[in-house]
Amino acid sequence: MSLKKFHYYFFILPAIAAILSLVALSLWGLRPGIDLKGGSLLEVAYPDGRPTPEAVQVAVNELSFGEVRIQPAGENELVLRQRSLSQDEKTALDATLASFGRTEEVQFNSVGPSIGQELVQKAWWAIAMITLSIILFIAFAFRHVSKPVSSWKYGLVAIVTLMHDILIPTGYFAYLGYARGAEVGVLFIVALLTILGISINDTIVVFDRIRENLGLNEKKGKHEEYVDVVWKSIKQTMARSINTSFTVIIMLVALYVFGPESTKDFALTLTIGMIAGTYSSIFLASPLLIAIETHGRKKSAKSAA
Amino acid sequence: MAEKAKIESGDSEGVVRVFRALIVIVLGCLLGYFVYTTTQNDESKYPFKFGLDLAGGSQLVYIADVSSVKKEEVSELMSVLRAVIERRVNSFGVSEPHVQIETSSFVTESTEQRLIVELPGVTDIDEAIRQIGKTPQLEFKLVDEEALAAQQSIDTFAASNTNAAIGNVKVNGEAIEPYVDTGLTGRFLERAELVFGQGSQGGLSNEPIVSITFNEEGGELFESITRDNIGSSLAIFLDGEVVSAPRINEVIGGGKAVISGNFTPEEARELVRNLNFGALPVPITLDTTQTIGSSLGEEALRAGVRAGVIGFALLAIFMIAWYRLPGVISVLALIMYIIMMLALFKFIPVVLTAAGIAGLILSIGLAVDANILIAERMKEELIAGKSTQEAIKEGFDRAWLAIRDSNIAHIIAGVILFWFGTSLIKGFALVFSLGVVISMISAITISRTLLIVLPIKMQSRIGRFLMSSGISK
Repeated sequence: MSLKKFHYYFFILPAIAAILSLVALSLWGLRPGIDLKGGSLLEVAYPDGRPTPEAVQVAVNELSFGEVRIQPAGENELVLRQRSLSQDEKTALDATLASFGRTEEVQFNSVGPSIGQELVQKAWWAIAMITLSIILFIAFAFRHVSKPVSSWKYGLVAIVTLMHDILIPTGYFAYLGYARGAEVGVLFIVALLTILGISINDTIVVFDRIRENLGLNEKKGKHEEYVDVVWKSIKQTMARSINTSFTVIIMLVALYVFGPESTKDFALTLTIGMIAGTYSSIFLASPLLIAIETHGRKKSAKSAA
Repeated sequence: MAEKAKIESGDSEGVVRVFRALIVIVLGCLLGYFVYTTTQNDESKYPFKFGLDLAGGSQLVYIADVSSVKKEEVSELMSVLRAVIERRVNSFGVSEPHVQIETSSFVTESTEQRLIVELPGVTDIDEAIRQIGKTPQLEFKLVDEEALAAQQSIDTFAASNTNAAIGNVKVNGEAIEPYVDTGLTGRFLERAELVFGQGSQGGLSNEPIVSITFNEEGGELFESITRDNIGSSLAIFLDGEVVSAPRINEVIGGGKAVISGNFTPEEARELVRNLNFGALPVPITLDTTQTIGSSLGEEALRAGVRAGVIGFALLAIFMIAWYRLPGVISVLALIMYIIMMLALFKFIPVVLTAAGIAGLILSIGLAVDANILIAERMKEELIAGKSTQEAIKEGFDRAWLAIRDSNIAHIIAGVILFWFGTSLIKGFALVFSLGVVISMISAITISRTLLIVLPIKMQSRIGRFLMSSGISK
């Protein structure tokens, strides 16, 4: 069976996943965490037993801090989320919480709005910088490969697949935000940036093989259709593409299941990004290359006619 | 006989190879032993350094208001501020406090100067915040008598008539500030001391007075201010409040001034201490606080290590099951990789955070990558009918391009992440980038050195089994 006849079908899955992600994003959007939008988070433990969140809510509302969201966590902990608090307000809050029994502060974060804003702006810059660097780097690395598809187009295709790879986890977190109030913070951005850096890996491996096979054909003076070269290269690299991603996913799943609470969402984002990235490097990037090549040939055929 | 002769002729080269492989293994063991003992021993010179989120502690981020400071002076003032805060923090006995300056990056419209104070082990930050915030800000301002008089009359008027608007005097719609900046502030202060007045200025005898000495620059400034404004008053502001506003009777050289403001001896003593510890050159406001209890940090560290160990075990099982002999070798190379990373964490030293540990765990998964590329390539060469030794060599050479290219992409990402990050994220970026470099070294040198000494013959069934992969026999 030849895969090349079906190559347009491979676009279906990434297209659906990308559309679903866009729908989720436009419907629900992302919920920024306090490290991005400012605000505070207090986690307290009640070693002698935790009061009900409802009772605490009533008492805390009297402090008039605006909206305070209270959730139970762990065995005997409460997590309170509200706007950022001054030192006096924090003291008042501590006193109110202590009126329900002995408390131990597990963690307290209070973030002003300016730092988070800067991080969001920086995130856009970072995504743009990584994308640009990768397109330049690929164009450079594949500079000797200009026939039949010029090297900068390899870079362009890589970028399309990368955008796909970070769109999917972003869409998933928009859904999680809707489903269970998941927030995205600095670590989420870091995860996206990391996906950009590592999911390009598989794509490079395939492209590298295409480069090598084209070179070999040229040396031998053998003529082979571009489509065939691409699919041969995919078949030759498929096992290692899947295996290299698989080893990363093993570690990420271990981090998600057994790792610390603070990096669970980070591991989840990366895992989804890696899965999307493995699929897209095999079934999105290379078929796109073929599509570009076919399109280019038709166009030159037309202009020749 | 012919075969035996062939082996002997390759012997000297073979001995060198075996020797190299042994050196690699011995060095790995030594480094591993070093990491182990320095971790067991609490007194060690090379401990792991843990960030606040793992060790517990607090981080305070202050924003400095530099709007009234000339642009070219900002960085100098910020380092003065850093030094002052560092002295303050040190004075209340936190072990290894860390104070650093951060400037918001070019992407934001207005640059913001921040001061980050890290207090390991401190979870009750009220006292710390009080101590840091308490440092007085000292300013000298000239008094515009007319404006002041007008302001006072308005104040008195306002006091007697609560309906009247209270505000600054306005001339042609513009507010007149009764106090004029002289540029002389606490940053020019060299030292302050407590003296007791002799009543010579008509005041009470034994009144506590704070005598301050300016540095050279401040002294000159003070002299020129007093020369130009004989007859006016110079108000001394402490944290925005007027303490006293003595009249300038003559030019004062020598860079000395006194502050008298009806202090009790205790107040004066505290003021002297605070001034000596440093008056803040610019006002600061607390923007962000983060406190992590030590139990949460310990739990995070334990969970991180657990995730790493379990993940690695699963990874090793997969690698050996799928890649067999090259799999075993790559697991060995990975163990060496981890040892090298841990040793580097101690040497550099790298401050480990939860994100940093996540970075290490991720990098272990990525480090296998090069090994897999090599193993897959080797398999292809073997299928193509090359001898084992040749296949190993070709496998490395051919895989090198792909390894190099993908690692360059990783390093690009790592560098940009480092730029992006706050201090906790920088830990991740650093570990990630280090991991890329070290994994490249471990894959292409260690695996190669070890694989090449193995006496595998593809002619034998066992040899074929050991060198193939997946479900093939």
